Amino acid sequence: MSFIPHTEEERSEMLASIGVKRLEDLFADIPEHARFPSLNLPVAISQMDVATEMRALSESNVYFDRAVSFLGAGVYNHYRPATIDYVLARGELYSSYTPYQPEMSQGMLQAMFEYQTLISRLTGMEVSNASHYDGATSLAEAVLLALGMGSPRRNKIALSPAVHPQYRDVIRTYLRGAKAVLFGDRQDEAQAENWSAHVDAETAALVVQWPNFFGQLEDLPALASACRKAGALFIVAVDPIALGLFEPPGRHGADIVVADGQCLGLPPSFGGPSLGIFATRGDLVRRLVGRLVGQTVDAQGRRGYVLTLGAREQHIRRAKATSNICTNAALSALAASVYLATLGKRGLEHIAKLCYHKSHYAAGEIAKLPRVRVNPNAPEKPFFKEFVVSLPRAVKEVNEILLGDHAIIGGYDLGNDYPHLENHMLLAVTETASKADVDRLLAGLRAATA
Amino acid sequence: MQRAGSGSQTFPKTSLHGEPTLYELSVGGRSGVSLPALDVPEAPLPAGMPRIDNGLPELSELDVVRHYLHLSQRNFGVDNGFYPLGSCTMKYNPKICEEVARLPGFARTHPLEPPQAAQGNFALMRRLQEWLAEIGGFRGVSLQPAAGAQGELTALLMIRAYHADRGEHNRDQILIPDSAHGTNPASTTMAGFEAVEVPSDARGNIDLAAIKAACNERVAGLMITNPNTLGLFDENLVEIIRLVHDCGGVVYGDGANMNALAGVIRPADVGVDLMHFNLHKTFATPHGGGGPGSGPVGACAALVDYLPGPIVVEQSSGDEQGSSRYVLETPPRSIGRVSSFFGNFGMLVRAYVYIRLLGAEGLRNSAMHAVLNANYLRVRLRDLFPVPYDRLSMHEFVCQGLVEGSPLRAVDISKRLMDYGFHPPTNYFPLIVREALMVEPTETESKPTLDAFIDAMRRIAMEARDDPALLRSAPLHMPVGRLDEVKAARELILTDPAAPPMGAPLAP
Repeated sequence: MSFIPHTEEERSEMLASIGVKRLEDLFADIPEHARFPSLNLPVAISQMDVATEMRALSESNVYFDRAVSFLGAGVYNHYRPATIDYVLARGELYSSYTPYQPEMSQGMLQAMFEYQTLISRLTGMEVSNASHYDGATSLAEAVLLALGMGSPRRNKIALSPAVHPQYRDVIRTYLRGAKAVLFGDRQDEAQAENWSAHVDAETAALVVQWPNFFGQLEDLPALASACRKAGALFIVAVDPIALGLFEPPGRHGADIVVADGQCLGLPPSFGGPSLGIFATRGDLVRRLVGRLVGQTVDAQGRRGYVLTLGAREQHIRRAKATSNICTNAALSALAASVYLATLGKRGLEHIAKLCYHKSHYAAGEIAKLPRVRVNPNAPEKPFFKEFVVSLPRAVKEVNEILLGDHAIIGGYDLGNDYPHLENHMLLAVTETASKADVDRLLAGLRAATA
Repeated sequence: MQRAGSGSQTFPKTSLHGEPTLYELSVGGRSGVSLPALDVPEAPLPAGMPRIDNGLPELSELDVVRHYLHLSQRNFGVDNGFYPLGSCTMKYNPKICEEVARLPGFARTHPLEPPQAAQGNFALMRRLQEWLAEIGGFRGVSLQPAAGAQGELTALLMIRAYHADRGEHNRDQILIPDSAHGTNPASTTMAGFEAVEVPSDARGNIDLAAIKAACNERVAGLMITNPNTLGLFDENLVEIIRLVHDCGGVVYGDGANMNALAGVIRPADVGVDLMHFNLHKTFATPHGGGGPGSGPVGACAALVDYLPGPIVVEQSSGDEQGSSRYVLETPPRSIGRVSSFFGNFGMLVRAYVYIRLLGAEGLRNSAMHAVLNANYLRVRLRDLFPVPYDRLSMHEFVCQGLVEGSPLRAVDISKRLMDYGFHPPTNYFPLIVREALMVEPTETESKPTLDAFIDAMRRIAMEARDDPALLRSAPLHMPVGRLDEVKAARELILTDPAAPPMGAPLAP
């Protein structure tokens, strides 16, 4: 099938208006030897058959309703209030384009303006863009922003090894075209106190994650102070849920705060689409990447919203733009706004508390298991939502037992990225895990490590 | 027939300030959702980490629902009406694609699940990789880039790595026609290359003499959007590609306009080495008010090893049944990751469903009818508004928002179109056409819709001569009139003044 409404009669009339006989005649400019190839694609099937086929394909996966999951590492199973999908299904919003024509796009523009406000307040930063692709790309763009700030001599980026490994990979890819030196993330483990010595007059930025990849809350004021002394930017990737409870990095001297916004009301969706959050100090606004919405008025003084500071962007500035970004993640930003508006001040705080206390309960109980240790490298460091468990055997084997015998999706195998953390698992506990779920995990781990 | 002002039915009249903001609606103590109580013992909160007001508003669930419903009523999408925004491909987004992408077996899977738990997702990705490779004629495809512009950056970084591996470090220039999207030169800079602009000729093709002169040992590659942003298929495409290849450059196809070519020509068959696909254009995934999209990149044999990873490959299980399983693999010379996990998987699901519904014949038919609709509008509108490159176009064409004997500009025509219930075409792009109106109807629009649009354009051309003041004050039937963009940029109100100041200590 296709979605072409034309009748034979309409088609003939249109071809006659154009002055050609057949549809094929419209393609005279296509090199003849390559015109109308036969494509080896599966034969089209009906909508009904597609629905059946896709349902079967989807059911061949293990998903959150089929197993209790303690897998996080950047993508989390948080509860999504029903308001979100209600709003996302509005065709006026999801089938619209970037709001280039503001009079016809006030709904999306106001929603983005409100998103910028919510993110600004949550992160403690003065400005937020209207979204980026995901946390990893937001962070890579923040690094490029820092490199473009000052003299070419400031070309070093201090990158904590406790930043999400995939985010660090994306930064490396983005720096392929830049004259920059990355340092720090090949060490075994970052310690806050080490950085003050390494962040120097040639350092453009220090990049950390908070909570870091292991769930630990590093000492932001100390890191910010090292950056201030050296004149480097302080870039922090955050978990927005943690900001429901704790003082945001904006209060601790962060210059740029980025985040992956999947946890704010987006389904895990096998890792995407997500939402890239990108917020900065006010004086960086002209270096900001991506769209920005500003408030203004029309000729009658009515309040309205428009895309603004377009001179930063590729469609105006072309080769001199602050970034190449065009398509962003507007609908994801809308989902995050509906999520934050629905939960509100107390709701987000409550979710953050549930994550905090449940993860601590799980960590405390797991620590009592024989031959198992929790956060072995930093037992005293505060953590949020995620923690490290050292196991007496391979993570892969433990996870196979958890999934096979207990219908539990276990944690992330840290040995994939950190050779010294072989047999270490990263577990995430959100508000969706009940005490009974955690106790089931305990029983599973006990069996798998016996 | 559309009447002026019919748009006012879509957009209810509003008060001076329109819809209040979330913060204006906020009342302390409200909440929009009930949450479970804590069912484990409390742990002490970390010492020395003060808590502050997290700055969020407080609304009831009904407040939230009404607010966003009102906002949706102040917005216009393809589902509302005709949206001929050139270059953006505002075709219909099939509802079955939305439904399937929300199936819990897709939407509630985690990207780091053990591969044996996610074989359905991997199968989908593997097939989509193969289908896109087939449609473009490429050896391999990476689904990871999150958008078209990121696909461009991906391809340029691949070109960079390719030349570096061959020891050709002197290649630092990328040729870009002057009709290109702004993302092309912007991506070029991000990839550490210099953008060299190549002019267009009088027929809207790349100027052959100019590109001949620009092809030298410093050229790393060419970025070519074809059909270009004038909606024209470059008549010298084969010759241009030969020139770039002969000087050692790589040809990158910007697949933004692939919706005109799917099933019509495979770009790799005429020498395009790399190309991104916009799943949100060619394969009908929704634009979402600006995103998320998806920009998979296809590569020819010489460049396939540089694709971002991981990609999905099929591996024989080695058992007697000859069954196979899907595993992740990073290409041997990969530039690395460009986004986390597998890119925008939810968009991949939608595009997969779309291709499955249409098949090869449906894809070709869609491209052909997109071209039919554009040419129909071109010939019917060219007597009203000048078409500077008036030859057979592909899926879009560019006319000028100029009416003889009227001082009005393209923007005035556009704003008045809103009053007739149509989204305007793209304004002031491409830059090489004065007062450009770039019209892309797409194949999903019917002849009666196109005729109604033609009729509105005819009335507007008449109004432009008879009552220019009316057009200058348009739109009259939208929630707001023309907005003061200068004031917005000067005053820079980027967050809601009604939101409380940041960082207030938390009330006990």
